Amino acid sequence: MIRISRDVLDPDEITSTVRAPDKGGVVTFLGTVRDHTGGKRVLYLEYEAYEEMAEKMLTRIAGEVTERWDDTVVSIAHRLGRMDVGEISLVVAAASPHRAEAFSASQYVVNRIKENVPIWKKEAFEGGEVWVGMEGQPSTASN
Amino acid sequence: MKARIKLFAALRERAGESEIELDLPETATVAHVVRELDRRYGGMMQGGVPIMIAVNTEYVTGDHPIQEGDEIAFIPPVSGGAL
Repeated sequence: MIRISRDVLDPDEITSTVRAPDKGGVVTFLGTVRDHTGGKRVLYLEYEAYEEMAEKMLTRIAGEVTERWDDTVVSIAHRLGRMDVGEISLVVAAASPHRAEAFSASQYVVNRIKENVPIWKKEAFEGGEVWVGMEGQPSTASN
Repeated sequence: MKARIKLFAALRERAGESEIELDLPETATVAHVVRELDRRYGGMMQGGVPIMIAVNTEYVTGDHPIQEGDEIAFIPPVSGGAL
C-alpha cells in the first residue's frame, strides 16, 4: 500500500496491510518530528510533495523490495502539511517470513526515499524557517 | 509550443507561483526552460544548490527535448522522510 495524504498516520492500520500468516517478521518504522535540528529548537514542520511523482516513485521502491527480497512486502505512507513535534510524518511497514529481510527492507525503503523522492520539509524555528537542503539560500528572488 | 512548469518548496516561494505556462520554440530542451526561468525570476536556478528536473514525472537531463504539453517540474533538494 502506498499513500500520500494530509491525514494523521495510524501505524497499526498501515502495519496491518502487510501482515499475513507467512510473514513471521514485521518491522514498522516511524519518522517523527524532532524537536531540534543543528542546535536549534524546532517549533513545527511543514511537508510538501510533488504528489503524482512521489506516489509513482514510492510504488517503484516497493517493487524494488519485492525483487530484492523473496516474499517481502512493504507499505509506505507519508503525511503532508504542518506537523507538530512528535507527530508521525512517515510510516514504512515491512513484512517478510524472517526478521533479517524485514529489517533490511525497512532501511532500504527509508534510504531510497531520502535519495530522490520529491518530498520537501520546511523547518520552522523561533524567528525563522528554512526548507531543508536550501539552508543559507535567499528565500525570495528579491533578496 | 506550450509546456507547463511546476515549482515546489523553495522555488515555488521564490517565484511566488506553483505553476506557470511557457511558450517555447519547437526545438526547446530542458536547458532552454532553465534559462527562461532564470530570466524571469532573477537567477532562480543559480543559487548553488543542485536542482533536478522531471518531465512528465521522470527525472531527465538538460539536453532532454521538450514536447507540446509536457509537464516540467523543478525539484530542489529533497528531504524525504523524517530523519
